[in-house]
Amino acid sequence: MANSLLDLTIIVLIYLALIIYVGYVAWRRTKTADDYMVAGRATHPFIMALSYGATFISTAAIVGFGGVAGVYGLGLLWLPFMNIIVGIFIAFVFFGKRTRKIGHNLKALTFPEFLSRRFNSKFIQYFSGAVIFLGMPLYASVVLIGMADFVHTTLSINYNIALVALAVIVSVYVVFGGIRGVMYTDALQGSIMFIGMLILFGFIYWITGGFVAGNQALTNLIHVVPAQATAVAAATGFTGWTSMPSFGSPFWWTLVSTLILGVGIGVLSQPQLAVRFMTVKSNRELNRAVLIGGIFIFVITVSAYVVGALSNVYFFNTLGKLAIQVVNGNADNIMPAFISAALPLWFAYVFMITLLSAAMSTLSAQFHLQGTALGHDIFETVFGRKVRSSVLIARLGIIVGVIIAVILGFILPPNIIAVGTAIWYSIAAAAFLSMYAFACFWKRSTKAGVITGLVVGTFASVLWLVFEFGESAGALGICKAITGKTVLVATAPWPTVDSIVIALPIAFILTVVVSLLTKPPSKEHLEKCFSGIK
Amino acid sequence: MVLGINDPWVWGAYIGSILAMLLCVVYGIINWNKGGEDEEGEIREEMTWHKEEKDMEKKELGIWDEEG
Repeated sequence: MANSLLDLTIIVLIYLALIIYVGYVAWRRTKTADDYMVAGRATHPFIMALSYGATFISTAAIVGFGGVAGVYGLGLLWLPFMNIIVGIFIAFVFFGKRTRKIGHNLKALTFPEFLSRRFNSKFIQYFSGAVIFLGMPLYASVVLIGMADFVHTTLSINYNIALVALAVIVSVYVVFGGIRGVMYTDALQGSIMFIGMLILFGFIYWITGGFVAGNQALTNLIHVVPAQATAVAAATGFTGWTSMPSFGSPFWWTLVSTLILGVGIGVLSQPQLAVRFMTVKSNRELNRAVLIGGIFIFVITVSAYVVGALSNVYFFNTLGKLAIQVVNGNADNIMPAFISAALPLWFAYVFMITLLSAAMSTLSAQFHLQGTALGHDIFETVFGRKVRSSVLIARLGIIVGVIIAVILGFILPPNIIAVGTAIWYSIAAAAFLSMYAFACFWKRSTKAGVITGLVVGTFASVLWLVFEFGESAGALGICKAITGKTVLVATAPWPTVDSIVIALPIAFILTVVVSLLTKPPSKEHLEKCFSGIK
Repeated sequence: MVLGINDPWVWGAYIGSILAMLLCVVYGIINWNKGGEDEEGEIREEMTWHKEEKDMEKKELGIWDEEG
């Protein structure tokens, strides 16, 4: 044990040294604000695709959602389907190309700036900047918590020390390297994630007797396990690991609205992902990135969910228990438990580095986004442009963001990782998605229309999360403090319906209605925005 | 039964994910060299902007120097 701990420590140190070296190379190449925020708009498609993928997929996706698949089964495979079709194909081919070109035409450096210049409104820039700066620390801190938790369990390092040390390492290369530091390290981390998950994917089918035989064993499992083992889940709609939950049951709503729709569609308007479209120099890079990104997301997500689900077969064959029973009800531990039980030690090392990579790549983008939101979108927009201080304030913004994330990491309650991620995705989708879609595709949309959608969508989403959505309302406790009830309407399915299902349509409809009632934007402005777009 | 799974909604998702990935691969291969046509023009534009930015910076700094 002492030996393996030493080995692991050495491997992690080598890994961190490598990351810092890559961050250093990026820092040497970062000179202007363009470099710092959009990497001089000349990123290689391989780097761009891996960076997008590695940022997209955090530890929450691999460990959190892998564990969820252990409970819900392979119905969760709709999420990889959405991730690839919406998060890669539609995002790159349709949104990406327009974002890149309009972003170039308007000289936008950040996602809020892109929206604000498209609609000629400074309000959009600082309001969006504020949504990001206030909402993102929650998401950043849950990623940080997940990573620190994992380091704490595997390396037996004190949780608080792990939390601070990891935050410091990530912030060093983000502060100095800017987006180039973020994207270069992402690409390295993405490659490691890809290899780690590919090995895992092959291994799970090898250990369960092959592709079809493994799935078949999982299908048969529901008839083999004692009924009382799945009684609780079955009461809420569970029907087996290779069949969908009963339509309309609480289980179904969680699977479909929060997991598949919330995360599957919400990804389109994640500012840290959208900004990456503005870092490449032509559509050719985006075309190439579609290929790389599609394979990357497929391998990482399908592998995580298949492994999570099939771990039930492994645990039932070896221990006579279901995965969720092995980990005493905490789904977050299914993936780590399976890896330490079924795989050789060397793979546990590979997996540890894979997870560190997944967490650090997401975290670095979150910190970078918060920094540019505070420095560029809020400070510069409100106080006027100060050329020399642009990057400096972004760097200060990153440090402020890191400090908030660390403080939240100390005070947030347990079991917050999946909820925290879902909350951020919901808010970002409600606030930005309709505005972003209309910015790219509907020339008739007006400033008044999109501002209405932005403001109403944001508040509708926050209110729903605080007062109605069971998981977040329960964790926050604000509704309980005010009304004495955990949620306002306790009748099913409402507490399991994700806010994206409510707030996004409201924002969308209001944007259309108000746009049609107000004066269309000027021809000259539209020509400037859409110049070069066929 | 397909791939050892009974529920068409579940094997559909599995096959769907594979097809989605293949769509990305095929799209990427077909368009591998397309879309770079306006690259040169854009780079030239960026260079002009960069120069403008530098000039502006110099001007602003110049004013700042006089004041300071």
